[in-house]
Amino acid sequence: MIEVCSIHKEFEGKTVLDNISATFKNGITNLIIGQSGAGKTVLLKCIVGLLTPEKGKIIYDGRDITTLKEKEKIAIRREIGMLFQSAALFDSMSVLENVMFPLDMFSTMTYKERLARARACLDRVNLIEAQDKSPEELSGGMQKRAAIARAIALEPKYLFCDEPNSGLDPQTSLIIDELIHDITEESGITTIVNTHDMNSVMNIGDHILFISSGKLAWEGDKSLILNTDNQSLNNFLFSSEILRQVKEQALDNR
Amino acid sequence: MVLVEAIKTFGSYLLLMKRVLTKPEKWRMYFRRTLHEIYQLGIYSIPIVLIISLFIGALLCIQMKTNVESPWMPKFITGYATREVLLLEFSSTIMCLILAGKVGSNITSEIGAMRVTQQIDALDMMGVNSANFLILPKVTGLVFTIPILVIFSIASGIGGAFLIGKLTGIMTAEELTVGLQHEFTAWFIWYSIIKSFFFAFIITSVASFYGYTVKGGSIEVGKASTNTVVSCSVLILFSDIVLTNIMMQ
Repeated sequence: MIEVCSIHKEFEGKTVLDNISATFKNGITNLIIGQSGAGKTVLLKCIVGLLTPEKGKIIYDGRDITTLKEKEKIAIRREIGMLFQSAALFDSMSVLENVMFPLDMFSTMTYKERLARARACLDRVNLIEAQDKSPEELSGGMQKRAAIARAIALEPKYLFCDEPNSGLDPQTSLIIDELIHDITEESGITTIVNTHDMNSVMNIGDHILFISSGKLAWEGDKSLILNTDNQSLNNFLFSSEILRQVKEQALDNR
Repeated sequence: MVLVEAIKTFGSYLLLMKRVLTKPEKWRMYFRRTLHEIYQLGIYSIPIVLIISLFIGALLCIQMKTNVESPWMPKFITGYATREVLLLEFSSTIMCLILAGKVGSNITSEIGAMRVTQQIDALDMMGVNSANFLILPKVTGLVFTIPILVIFSIASGIGGAFLIGKLTGIMTAEELTVGLQHEFTAWFIWYSIIKSFFFAFIITSVASFYGYTVKGGSIEVGKASTNTVVSCSVLILFSDIVLTNIMMQ
């Protein structure tokens, strides 16, 4: 479980995150949504420790990373798996070597065990046939799947995904979303997904935080989102006429 | 303003080097990467070093023969001067200036591309000391291979002098040999190799610094590569003055 308590972040006097508090529970997919520039990436970077907030606490299962020394932060980072917007696979390595990399660096397994674990992770994301390819030979969706395999190789306690659907078609996005959701449920890990994809919100939004102008503007789950009277959330989610009609039909059908 | 920026940049460079010059997390991984860098930065540079040194050796021989040698000068001056220029400056300093262009820009663009595609962020997120993991093998790889490059350069330069003598007939191999052997000081070879260790460190660390600190996209990576070549060239020549002053006193 990750708890964010009253965090405040500013850049050159401009407030980017204003008194945000939230709890991210294990075994469910937590989404942070919001418009571009709302502060969701800054919030994610603060949570993973890449940025330090001016005020507030970020507590990983009782450990406040804002007060930890760099070495202790690194120890927590080894419990984290992260999926980057650009997948961030190492282009000098094959797909299999990418997945084996965290195991090579931090596990005490033998080579055979590491190989078996990496192949199991690739199998989990249905990418075993591409193990010998280099990242540049993969499509965007395959790169994301390979990055997920790398992120889960060390069996992390926390999984962070920054815009996992960016640059993907809706069908591939769905596959990635379901993969993240299933892995979260299977492993009982704490997963936080940063997204502005409407499909993700409706598919895997077990717990949703809506950030607007650096403030927590709404919190709930996908079943509550259709009924919300929060104007800024409605403007964000149902921005087009078609989406507004879809929402009305969905409410009528209930 | 420029001075403040320069001090800030130097401070950032020192802070990065503090992270680079630490014990590697996995020695096995470090040795594997160092071996890779020895190939990438050192072994793959041998052809360019041999070709350029061969031409420079030949050019030095022609210039000395046509412009320096005269009835007032001893016959061996051509071989002697060619050897001294190669040993004292060309095979260490000028060769490293050439490597700053080839190896330096290569390092900056490689690490810069990793920065803009979030690969360095991925390493940091895994809890890997990305500066140490990426930069230290490059530094040790080139520092380890630079003496070989210096010796190859000296040998190729002398070979170029012999070749041009033979091809053009401006002087015989015997005449050149007398000059090359005249008052030979073995220390000059060590002097050249010692200087090149410093230059190799400058090339790899400065190039890595510019790549590691890239902000933005591919245009910034290109600018960083240019900055690398300019900074390395200036720093190599400046440190050459300092080192020469220390070692030749």
